[in-house]
Amino acid sequence: MLNINNLKASIDDKQILKGINLEVKPGEVHAIMGPNGSGKSTLSSVIAGREGYEVSGEVLFNGKDLLELAPEVRAWEGIFLAFQYPVEIPGVSNTNFMRTCINEQRKYRGLPDMDASTFLKTMREKAELVELDPNLMKRSVNQGFSGGEKKRNEIFQLAMLDPKLAILDETDSGLDIDALRIVSNGVNKLRNKDNAFVVITHYQRLLDYIIPDFVHVLMNGQIVKSGTKELAYELEEKGYDWIKAELKEAAL
Amino acid sequence: MSTSEQDILEQITGDDYKYGFVSNIEQDIIPKGLTEDTVRFISAKKNEPHWLLDWRLKAYKHWLGMTPPDWQNVKFPPIDYQDISYYASPKEGSKLNSLDELDPEIKATYDKLGIPLEEQLILAGVAVDAVLDSVSVITTFKEKLAEKGVIFCSISEAVQEHPELIKKYLGSVVPYTDNYFAALNSAVFSDGSFVYIPKGVRCPMELSTYFRINAKGTGQFERTLLIAEDASYVSYLEGCTAPKRDENQLHAAVVELVAMESAEIKYSTVQNWYPGDKDGKGGIYNFVTKRGVCMGNGSKISWTQVETGSAITWKYPSVVLKGDNSIGEFYSVAVTNNLQQADTGTKMIHIGKNTKSRIVSKGISAGKSQNSYRGLVKVRKSAANARNYSQCDSLLMGDKCGAHTFPYFEINNNGATVEHEATTSKIGEDIMFYCNQRGISQEDAVALIVNGYAKEVLDKLPMEFAVEAKKLLAISLEGSVG
Ligand SMILES: Nc1ncnc2c1ncn2[C@@H]1O[C@H](COP(=O)(O)OP(=O)(O)OP(=O)(O)O)[C@@H](O)[C@H]1O
Ligand SMILES: [Mg+2]
Repeated sequence: MLNINNLKASIDDKQILKGINLEVKPGEVHAIMGPNGSGKSTLSSVIAGREGYEVSGEVLFNGKDLLELAPEVRAWEGIFLAFQYPVEIPGVSNTNFMRTCINEQRKYRGLPDMDASTFLKTMREKAELVELDPNLMKRSVNQGFSGGEKKRNEIFQLAMLDPKLAILDETDSGLDIDALRIVSNGVNKLRNKDNAFVVITHYQRLLDYIIPDFVHVLMNGQIVKSGTKELAYELEEKGYDWIKAELKEAAL
Repeated sequence: MSTSEQDILEQITGDDYKYGFVSNIEQDIIPKGLTEDTVRFISAKKNEPHWLLDWRLKAYKHWLGMTPPDWQNVKFPPIDYQDISYYASPKEGSKLNSLDELDPEIKATYDKLGIPLEEQLILAGVAVDAVLDSVSVITTFKEKLAEKGVIFCSISEAVQEHPELIKKYLGSVVPYTDNYFAALNSAVFSDGSFVYIPKGVRCPMELSTYFRINAKGTGQFERTLLIAEDASYVSYLEGCTAPKRDENQLHAAVVELVAMESAEIKYSTVQNWYPGDKDGKGGIYNFVTKRGVCMGNGSKISWTQVETGSAITWKYPSVVLKGDNSIGEFYSVAVTNNLQQADTGTKMIHIGKNTKSRIVSKGISAGKSQNSYRGLVKVRKSAANARNYSQCDSLLMGDKCGAHTFPYFEINNNGATVEHEATTSKIGEDIMFYCNQRGISQEDAVALIVNGYAKEVLDKLPMEFAVEAKKLLAISLEGSVG
């Protein structure tokens, strides 16, 4: 589904991604862990098409060259990014925002606008999935939402748009213990054999709920180690120093 | 800004003004130039009583002794007042009684603007006065309104039919000595709308006037007068468009509102005069004096404006709060793009006790435009317990435009409460990427964000027009991303 080959990205002559290789197949969950500033959010931004990066390498999504596509086209093709820091949009209600998103996606797929009653029904269902307070639908997108509400709202939007590939950038940070469970369960219910998830996190705990098929360690702009979910436990226990030491040794 | 943003920003510029067509209507236009004879000609053409001609002449003489103001934050070459024609009217001339008499070309003009003049087709319950260049060509729903005693007609007609009201109120709110353009307007005003709501009447429908400049080389000087007697209510809306031309055309209007005891006037404007092209060539100079007096106790005047057009917009719809417990409101969205300039805001003059005013101004600047809010809150000694709340927000798109805020306060009563808040924001790259990521293109995202930003003001517009205004905002900003 997603094939990343030797992806490099820099901003203002500062190289952040230094040759990423990653393959994600339908039905899989990949976790990406790594120290602060290692390039995790940058990787997700580059996949989703944020402007302002100097990018080289290849990103294929179901055979299509993603780097050629505008960010909204990537979204319509089925890529969703749950933001580490969701933005606020004053004066635009969550409902209105979602309606616009859904109908733009449908237009791209040659479908008519979703009728109002189906839309409202879907909204209700998906809000329940992550136990999002229905009152938040009338409020402006993320405006005045608590940190946790913003994160839930991201997963609610994910559920509404039903992407093929969802990237969750630190969705767990800011969620309380119960919310973490609720949101994770929501994500698990959305999993199926045709979609895939890339979960960026600092904590092994999330991976107890959303069980990954693979765990990758991103350091200094490169995936330096990949493994199964056991790798996450090892990181939780030992931190990143041992990997750095390993790398140094290998370099000698 | 990244290069691609720069590209998009430059695309804005190519946008089309969809009301820029010229209609082929046979017209009477008087030669360019302004002398006492011009004033006499206009007055005679309209068959005006002597007192009105005298008033015009006094205004003209006063104007001759004035110099154009230069304190506003807009720049334009000096206007040659002798290079303007002060009167243009469709050939048919006098006012029509029925739609059948209307020149099909004129009707087509309004149809093209999306303003159907057939009474049965008009947006449910909206009466329309259509002013083309210097004259009102048709007013709809007159009979239905007359049943309630509501007078809604062109001001020329009101001069003939209701001279006592005109004599009493014309210039009572904006005297010809008020300012340079008010003096000019008083001398040469040609047409506009007149509204009179009798005591205790709630006007049964929205009233609206559509101003259209069609003729070349002319100025439009319209005059609107609206009187709401005790305990009456009216909601009035004006819309404006003009053809695309390389020349700058002057539009200098005066609007006067009078609200008696417990009366309420809601006055909305959707101004979309031709803004000029991307290089700043052509476009309307929109220099307007609008003022309302809350004459009676407990009266209320509310101005709502959506300003997207004009090369230069220069106006301050104001409220004089004379009556005790009266309320003045000003809700404004002003959009400038390309090389447009706007210097707009309001004046709230508190005189009566317990008077309240509220100002919400939302400026949106794109391209290389300049957008200024200028507002005065004045509390006289007599205005015990006066309250004002002002909020002035500016939204910038790109980094070549400017937003400016000039709030003035003159508070002469210690019991007054005055609050002022101002913010400046940008449509940041973050919010844009967020929208894009959710499948909303740049253009659509701008429309969504801008409409959200202006929501508080758009919500004040009559429903039928809010939808139009939203579209208009999106169109005026098409492509402008920063
Ligand atoms: N726009 C930018 N300009 C300059 N440097 C940037 C920019 N965006 C990111 N960086 C830098 O790139 C590096 C990677 O940032 P990124 O946000 O991808 O890290 P991260 O792995 O997501 O970190 P965290 O775990 O703290 O979220 C950091 O050093 C950051 O400062
Ligand atoms: Mg990050």
